[in-house]
Amino acid sequence: MDAILLQILNGLDKGSAYALIALGLTLIFGTLGVVNFAHGALFMLGAFCAVTISKLFNLSHKASEPSGVDFLGNPKYEDVLYVEDWFGERLGGWMLDWSVPLSILFAIPIMIGIGYVMERGLIKHFYKRPHADQILVTFGLAIVLQEVIKYFYGANPIPTPAPEMFRGSFDFGAALGFDANTIIYPYWRMVYFVFSLVIIGGVFAFLRFTTFGMVVRAGMADRETVGLLGIDIDRRFTIMFGIAAAVAGLAGVMYTPINSPNYHMGMDFLVLSFVVVVVGGMGSLPGAVLAGFLLGVLESFASMNQIKSLLPGIDQIIIYLVAIAILLTRPRGLMGRKGVMEE
Amino acid sequence: MLGLNKKDTTILIVVAVLTMAAPFILNPFPTNSSLAQFNAGYPDLMQRFVIYGIFAIGFNILFGLTGYLSFGHAAFLGIGSYSAVWMFKLLSFNVIPAIALSIVVAGLFSVVIGYISLRRSGIYFSILTLAFAQMSFNLAYSVLSNPKFNLTNGETGLQVYGSDPQYLKGSGPDVTHIFGLEMRATETLKLGGWSFDFNVGYYLCALILLVSFYISVRIFRSPFGMMLRAVKSNQQRMNYTGLNSRPYTLAAFVISGMYAGLAGGLLAAMDPLAGAERMQWTASGEVVLMTILGGAGTLIGPVLGAGFIKYFENIFSKINDNVLHTWFAALPDGMEDFLITIVHPFVGKGWHLTLGLMFMAVVIFLPGGLVQGGQKIGRLFRRRGANAPGPEGEAARKQPAE
Amino acid sequence: MTKSKLTRRGLIRTGAVTAGGLAMPTIFTSQVWGQTDTGFTNAPTGDTVTLGFNVPQSGPYADEGADELRAFELAVEHLNGEGDGGMLSTFSSKTLEGNGILGKKVAYVSGDTQTKSDAARASAKSMIEKDGAIMISGGSSSGVAVAVQGLCQEAGIIFMSGLTHSNDTTGKDRKANGFRHFFNAYMSAAALAPVLSQLYGNDRKVYSLTADYTWGWTQQESIQAATEELGWETITDVRTPLAATDFSSYMTPVLNSGADVLILNHYGGNMVNSLTNAVQFGLRDKQVNGKNFEIVVPLYSELMAKGAGKNITGIVGSQNWDWKLENEKGDRYAGTNAFVQSFGTKYGFPPSQAAQTCYAQTLLYADAVNRAKSFNPCAVVEALEDFEFDGLGNGPTLYRAADHQCFKDVVVVRGKENPENEFDLVEIVEVTPAEQVTYDPEHPMFAGGDLGECNPGA
Repeated sequence: MDAILLQILNGLDKGSAYALIALGLTLIFGTLGVVNFAHGALFMLGAFCAVTISKLFNLSHKASEPSGVDFLGNPKYEDVLYVEDWFGERLGGWMLDWSVPLSILFAIPIMIGIGYVMERGLIKHFYKRPHADQILVTFGLAIVLQEVIKYFYGANPIPTPAPEMFRGSFDFGAALGFDANTIIYPYWRMVYFVFSLVIIGGVFAFLRFTTFGMVVRAGMADRETVGLLGIDIDRRFTIMFGIAAAVAGLAGVMYTPINSPNYHMGMDFLVLSFVVVVVGGMGSLPGAVLAGFLLGVLESFASMNQIKSLLPGIDQIIIYLVAIAILLTRPRGLMGRKGVMEE
Repeated sequence: MLGLNKKDTTILIVVAVLTMAAPFILNPFPTNSSLAQFNAGYPDLMQRFVIYGIFAIGFNILFGLTGYLSFGHAAFLGIGSYSAVWMFKLLSFNVIPAIALSIVVAGLFSVVIGYISLRRSGIYFSILTLAFAQMSFNLAYSVLSNPKFNLTNGETGLQVYGSDPQYLKGSGPDVTHIFGLEMRATETLKLGGWSFDFNVGYYLCALILLVSFYISVRIFRSPFGMMLRAVKSNQQRMNYTGLNSRPYTLAAFVISGMYAGLAGGLLAAMDPLAGAERMQWTASGEVVLMTILGGAGTLIGPVLGAGFIKYFENIFSKINDNVLHTWFAALPDGMEDFLITIVHPFVGKGWHLTLGLMFMAVVIFLPGGLVQGGQKIGRLFRRRGANAPGPEGEAARKQPAE
Repeated sequence: MTKSKLTRRGLIRTGAVTAGGLAMPTIFTSQVWGQTDTGFTNAPTGDTVTLGFNVPQSGPYADEGADELRAFELAVEHLNGEGDGGMLSTFSSKTLEGNGILGKKVAYVSGDTQTKSDAARASAKSMIEKDGAIMISGGSSSGVAVAVQGLCQEAGIIFMSGLTHSNDTTGKDRKANGFRHFFNAYMSAAALAPVLSQLYGNDRKVYSLTADYTWGWTQQESIQAATEELGWETITDVRTPLAATDFSSYMTPVLNSGADVLILNHYGGNMVNSLTNAVQFGLRDKQVNGKNFEIVVPLYSELMAKGAGKNITGIVGSQNWDWKLENEKGDRYAGTNAFVQSFGTKYGFPPSQAAQTCYAQTLLYADAVNRAKSFNPCAVVEALEDFEFDGLGNGPTLYRAADHQCFKDVVVVRGKENPENEFDLVEIVEVTPAEQVTYDPEHPMFAGGDLGECNPGA
């Protein structure tokens, strides 16, 4: 029982990352009809926003007096952090500790900006082009983005810890009346889960309850008619692209304490997020979220020892097996609409 | 000639001349010049050019004609390689049975995978093929190489050991060969400062490429090819006329799977080692990129795309700072350092960056792929010919229709 | 459709005939990569000799590859008499005088393995076929090392492997033309065992997570054997997919299992992530069976420590070499400081163990050629086999003839509590002497291999 609870927790947490990325991807599919292979790169860029902010906070200058010798025997000068100079030791220290959550403030405008530039500068010209061309150009862009990051940050993962108070884990078991240590869960992962629910809820509410959202939904259903009504649907879609980029970026920012980011993480998530979107059904936002959580939970269950001993290697292929099973029984994924990306 | 019309015959002859003379064409710079870095005429890379050319030609039969975008074709490449190496392990180093088996096994797998995947279309089809390929890769990398049942030898890659049975080997050579003629045998021709390599393996691959190319031309021009194009332009309408399109698409899928198997078999024949990475999604993606880059739906485009990507992978990645210094050594110091700083991010370990930029440049400026680029250049030279494009042009123009 | 099928069959027949026809005349002499006049592949003709450095430049190990390449460049500099000479002055063999190898200036080419056996072989082949490299070195994974080693054996080239830790490289897949300076999974386990027993006692229960591929398995097998000898019990071993980035679902059952030690048989990004996850789950703060819960990472590297950040604190593992070795453990490890000095002066930070092994391999090769007075691979093999040397930073070392594996001391390290600077991530706990990590060439974990004959190529 406790093992099952635990894997559900795990799955929800894994699923929240999948769901967030897939949500952004399906927004772009649904609104612009573009196959965006650079979406994983946006996730990665978000993570590197956090890295950059924490690097900026860690900028330092040399102390005026040497305080020892370095590994080559030359005099060494202690580093003094600018943030501590400017904000004092207490506030500066707090900013360092909270650099990941603080990055969100910076990441939102940055990612919306990147999304905007990307759509206006590149994607716009590819609406009428075949999907194959969209794949080629966005894949090229993804490579370029990740190589640029690699050039500046190297290929090694960069540790970006969560704030002190969220490190460590919470003993669910004890709270629910099981033995101690049976169900423990890291605080930061719970934060991530809640955060993803907030973002998903926010995006849904935005589309559901604002006029802007209503127009966008109408545009998703029938772009031409909305255009004929004299509404500048293109401009709204550009903004949606920016929002999708921001969702991917925020997923990346908050993911950094879970796994140290590296330049390649976007590609690692790319294939998976496509599977999630398609299993959820093309053009369906709830489908993407549902599929994200579903695949996350199933993946967690497949990695249980009991199941692995029955079917060795099942944890390596479960996602793909489930994808095949679902697509064969439900032709358009869980909640897909007819005619989207079927040609 | 050979049942082809005049234009197709010309293309075939051009391809034949290009492949046969490749050792000359690809080695335009004298060995000791600083530009020798850009020479690609050494056996391994030439083999790769034609093998990936075959892979892309096959992929194009499916994608270029029917529009079905398979994201799992590398699985057949890998399966072909594994079958070939198993033939080496069990029979002998003769490449003929190995290549034959690799085509057959890849064909069988593509019947099964194609039968299931083709029940869906569009992106759903792509994801189904991707899922099959990723499962093959993951299993081959780990579970299928466990000590009790070692089918793939995992990370290390399947290779031939001295202790393998090789029942038919007898006194045959210890390296891959075709009836005693070793694949790696190379004759080097030295002409002044130039040096040209003629390699048996390369010419075997080149001949097979020509045959594959010829078959693909025939398919493109046949009623069957027409049927596949009909699937691409409007499958629904085709179904309404009472035609069942499934057998046609499945046939195309299997043919292109067999091409991939053939390419995999040839890779193993040139170098008897099969690694699981050959099946990874990045490898599937690579053939998609090759085809689109060269020009999907055109006859020669995929081969060009394959050459383009392999050239970057093998030539640009080898340009290190040391090489840059020798290039710019003649310049004044400040100038030299400046140029090196500029070029540095794009070569050596930055070769991916250049490749990514090239992808974007080609697709932005040449929507029809490299083939269209060739046409543009051609048109520059003969203005009047612009109104009468060759079969390549027709095919390229058909392409943008989804 | 029928029509095209018929023609295809016809054409394949024609094709086969043409192929047969081409095969008949003996225009192609059955000559391989080698030149018949010198008797071996790529014999250097002019006044330079070319070495091939095949390192990962893209993919997750790109930084490690970059460090290897730096070491190679440094080694070439020193061999050619530029720079401060590095370990040339401390190396016990004195044939290297800064005038290249056998009087020929050393040139090099580099390539990208992408950490894929296919790409690595393609890159190595281009070095052999196009650039005329006489020796190939480098690499950052065992799959690549085994693949390239096999290629070099066939081509008649010497392969001086870089970072490869799997038992198979000098076990099941050993080759006469291949040499490994780096240590292996068995040695890691043998070196760690006494330290683990000293630190954590002899009554421990182990839960291990193992990367599901060849290296992971040999590492797991080795460490399980070594710890069970101590009296530890292995409760469960779980295989994790190589592509896994999030290990949370493998972490959750750990505490529940009754184990009090977690062994992570992971390397590179896998290890950074699994360790980060383990620490997130608070495993380090727990008490099980009345003991502190401990985590062990058999194979360590500086870059992994850097990637894992603070999580590495207090985690025990093993290394081939560490740049503080001579300072902390004395003259036995002479060469270390000389190397760190010249590397640090040139690049501004201390070298990694991957860099050290690549540097040492290049020097060892050059020295072997000088001693053999020939570039012929078979002469080089003979010079390297059972070669005993010192002064390359690892203390007295033997290149064993039976399997071409180096035997030397193994460094047991631990993540440092309060690093003094960004390079000072690990502290040396213990150096396990070579005798304790030496094994029989036909040890079950290494059996089944056959060096074969050295192959000069022609």
